[in-house]
Parts: sequence; C-alpha cells; structure tokens
Amino acid sequence: MSKSYPPTYKKVINIFMLSLTGLAALLVVSVLLFILGYLIWNGARSLNLNFFTKLPVPVGEEGGGMANAIVGSAKLLLLASLIGIPIGLLGGVYLAEFGKGPFSFAVRYTTDLLNGVPSIVIGIFVYTLVVLPQHHFSTFAGGVALGIMMIPIALRSTDEFLRAVPNTLREGGLALGASKAQTVLTVIIPAAMQGIVTGIMLNLARVAGETAPLLFTAFGNQFWSQGWNGPSASLPVVIFNYAISPYEDWHRQAWAAGFVLLTGIFLTNIVARLLVSRGRSRAGH
Amino acid sequence: MATTTTPFDLKKLHRARSARFGDPEPVDPTPEPQFTVEDMNFFYGDFHALHDLNLKLPQMRVTGLIGPSGCGKSTFLRTLNRMYETVPKTRVTGKILLDDTDVSDFSPTLLRRRVGMVFQKPSPFPKSIFDNIAYGLKVNNLCRHKDLKNRVAECLQRAALWDEVKDKLHESAFSLSGGQQQRLCIARALAVEPEVLLLDEPCSALDPIATAKIEDLIFDLRRSCTIIIVTHNMLQAARISDYVGFFLQGKLIEFDAAKKMFQFPSNKLTEDYITGRFG
Repeated sequence: MSKSYPPTYKKVINIFMLSLTGLAALLVVSVLLFILGYLIWNGARSLNLNFFTKLPVPVGEEGGGMANAIVGSAKLLLLASLIGIPIGLLGGVYLAEFGKGPFSFAVRYTTDLLNGVPSIVIGIFVYTLVVLPQHHFSTFAGGVALGIMMIPIALRSTDEFLRAVPNTLREGGLALGASKAQTVLTVIIPAAMQGIVTGIMLNLARVAGETAPLLFTAFGNQFWSQGWNGPSASLPVVIFNYAISPYEDWHRQAWAAGFVLLTGIFLTNIVARLLVSRGRSRAGH
Repeated sequence: MATTTTPFDLKKLHRARSARFGDPEPVDPTPEPQFTVEDMNFFYGDFHALHDLNLKLPQMRVTGLIGPSGCGKSTFLRTLNRMYETVPKTRVTGKILLDDTDVSDFSPTLLRRRVGMVFQKPSPFPKSIFDNIAYGLKVNNLCRHKDLKNRVAECLQRAALWDEVKDKLHESAFSLSGGQQQRLCIARALAVEPEVLLLDEPCSALDPIATAKIEDLIFDLRRSCTIIIVTHNMLQAARISDYVGFFLQGKLIEFDAAKKMFQFPSNKLTEDYITGRFG
C-alpha cells in the first residue's frame, strides 16, 4: 500500500529538493567562476608580450617574462604524454577487450592504487630512480614523474570508455568475419574515441598543474634549459616560487602564470573536443 | 492427427502470402542440407542448454526457429557460426557440418564470412552508411578499392535500401530509422557474400511496416542464400518460412515443412504451443 500524501505537501517537497539541487549546482559553478575571475583580474593585467618572450629578470628590474617556464612546461608535458598515453591506452585496451581472470583484476587493482599514490611520493620515486644516478635534475626526470602520474588515469579512463561500447558492435564486427583485433581497432576504439580523448585531455590538464613531483625532478631554472638533460623551469613550480616570495612584482607574475596555465589547459581541451567531434561527424556521428 | 483451431487461419494466411509475393515456386521436396547437425549438445558452464540435437537445415530455404523464451533457439543459431565462443565457459559436443566440413575445422573468421549474422537490435557501426557496408569487404580484403563503390551500391540494392539512402551515403548510419538500420545491417552482412544468413529475431525491435519490409527482403533473398531466422512471432514464422523447427527447453521437439507443421503438427507440444496454449 502506498501512502497518499496531500498534493500540496508533494509540491512543497518537490520545490524544496529542486532548490537544494539547484543551490548545490550554483555553488559548484560559482567556485569555478570565482577562481577564474580572480585569476583574470590579477593575472590578465600583468600579462604582456614580454611575458611570453623574455626570461625572468632579477627582483626590482622592470619587465621580464616566463618564456622558459612556458616552454619547459610544454616539454615536460610532451615527454609525460609520450610515456603515459601509450602505456595507458594499450593497458586500457588490454583490460577492456582482452584481459580476463586474476591477472586483469590485479592490473586494475594496482592501477587504482597507483592512482592513489600522493604525487610527492612519485616525485621521490623518480628522484631516487633517475635524478640520483644521474647526479643532476633534468627535464627528463620531470617528464618521467608526470608520465607515471598519467598512466593510471589514462589506463582506467580508456578501460571504462571501451567497456561502455555496446557488445552488439563487437558481435557485429566478428559476425562479418573480422578478427577480434580488427574489430577492436576498426570499430570499438573509434566508437569510444571521443571519450578516450576527453579522458586524456583531462589527464593532461591534471598533470599540467602538478607541482610536487617536479620540485625535485625538473627542479627549476632561471634560464633556458637546453635539451632534456638539464634542470628546467615549469609554470607550476614558478608559480609556487613566486607566490611565496615577498615581492609584489613576483606575485603579479605568479598570477599571470596561473592565468596562462589555465588558458593553455582550456584551449587544449577545446581544440581536442573540436577535433574529435569533427572526426566523428565525418565518420558519420 | 488432430485438427486444431489455430489462432490464425492458415489458408487465409497463405492466400495473403500469395497475394503479396506471387505464387510460391514449387518446393523441391528434398533440398540439399546446408547444415547437418548430429548429436549436438551445448553447455554454458554446467548448464546443459541444448540436448542431443539432430537436424538438417535445407539449402536455399528459409528455416524459422520458434519456441518460448529461453528454449535455446538463439543459442542454437550461435553455434552455427561459432558466435557462442565470445561467451566464456561455453562448450559444444557432437557435430555441426557446413556442407561436409565441421564448423570447428574452419577458422572463425572464414566461417563467419560464409555464415553471416544479423542481431536482434539494429547495431550499425558508428560510421557512415557507406563505411558500414564497406567494412566487411575491407577487413576481408574482398574488394579492390575502385570497385568498392559499385559493391556497396549493389549490396544496398539487394537489401532494398538503395533508393532511401543513395543521396546520403556519407551521413551517419544513426540518421536512419530503426527499420532502415536493420536493413543496413542485413546489407552489411550480404556484402561479404555469405552462403548462409542467420537472423536472430531481426524484427523484434521494429514496427509492423518496417517488419513487413524485412520480410519482403527475406523472401527475395532466399533465392540467393540459405536463411535461418529465430522469431518469437508465430505469424512471421508462418509467413516467411519454408521449414520450421520448434524448440522447447533445449530440445528440438519438431522439425518439418512449415505448411505441414502449422496445419498438422505431429507433436502434442508443438500443437499446444502454436495454438497458444502455453509460451
């Protein structure tokens, strides 16, 4: 037997719950908007062409920029992607399409554990593994640290998106005489592509802002870093160093760097989404 | 032999079928078997799903498989092209011969090219209409690039879909209606020129008009390939099948020419089922 409530009571509850969910949504959005606004307010004002083209200058001097940190961050992310994305993608494909039994359970479980490892611990790990034997900090070490951080997220998001592809497509491919590998490559992965790329973009965005693992791998550098073997500046570490400094100039620069970092992440996201949706509309989505 | 009152009048049904398709051609009384199944048993883990099946599925005919849900007819269909192998812990004993060769002696990809399959839910690939049809040709290297266009057009024509899609071949397959999607899947299966087409309840997600179009298509196709169709719809089985197999609880109860089975079923269980006393 269902209790029957008077209609007005239902209405009141309905309105109340609806406003609660609305309020929660508004809170989430407003925090984001507040951060964005604050960054733009403080950061955009101190942005100029020099910021993108010049090296940092000593305190007190006018001008100067963060060209080395911007390029450094780009190099670190490139290296991290080269390490994290292939391993994550292939691992995810294995788990979703081929892995069975206790081994794939173990892989999933350890991946989740790895995802939970604090980023500073990954920094120490790479410090011991790469920096100590080489006796110096390097872009390479920083890229490895960020790459390791990318693996579990890339792997699990690929796994999830592939498993969300309906089984009818797998059977459809096999029923046409395609092998399992052909079906996965030509039907399943393309069907999940948008999700996979979105996952990787979010992943990149996350590691782009990582500071802790870079502190003692890529370290930092006031100048250009040639090649992959020397210490390198990066945007998050520069933000950290500048923000805790006592100088008003540097604070403004830190805000500007934060703004550039965020804009970079936004742009990559938008471009990736556009590329994927265009690819899909051409493929007939 | 019991004369039963079936829920539909078979004479009327056959008249309707003649009106729609023209007079049925004289049926060869003993067509060659396409599949010969001998003492076949099927297991899902410990569950014994199909018991001691023995039957011959005739070539270039439409065979309908009927029976209540869970009776094993879809499972049986999936043993014919070894699609069951995608499900872990499944096992077949006995023989299933395609022409004279046991299906387990084929490579699964070759077997499935010869024995095509269309599923219950229309499942076009998330690609263009053109690419859906071209897929089977490409993965099997069956067609040179310059012939591809013609082959795709040919398949769409065979599936009676060409006129509806010829101007939008490069649009998404999802832009089609459910019935069109299902005919696209049939066209896709036809592209690799299978000798047998397995249809697993191809109309259960479609409205009556789309269903009629698929039935017309099946009727046209039976001249060029063997069709085995699982259906829940007794009327559909009566309309399109030359032969019918009735499954119940994993056993083949009766297999006979459709005309005979629907008028004079020789088994009491078949009679009860087709007159709607259970199922």
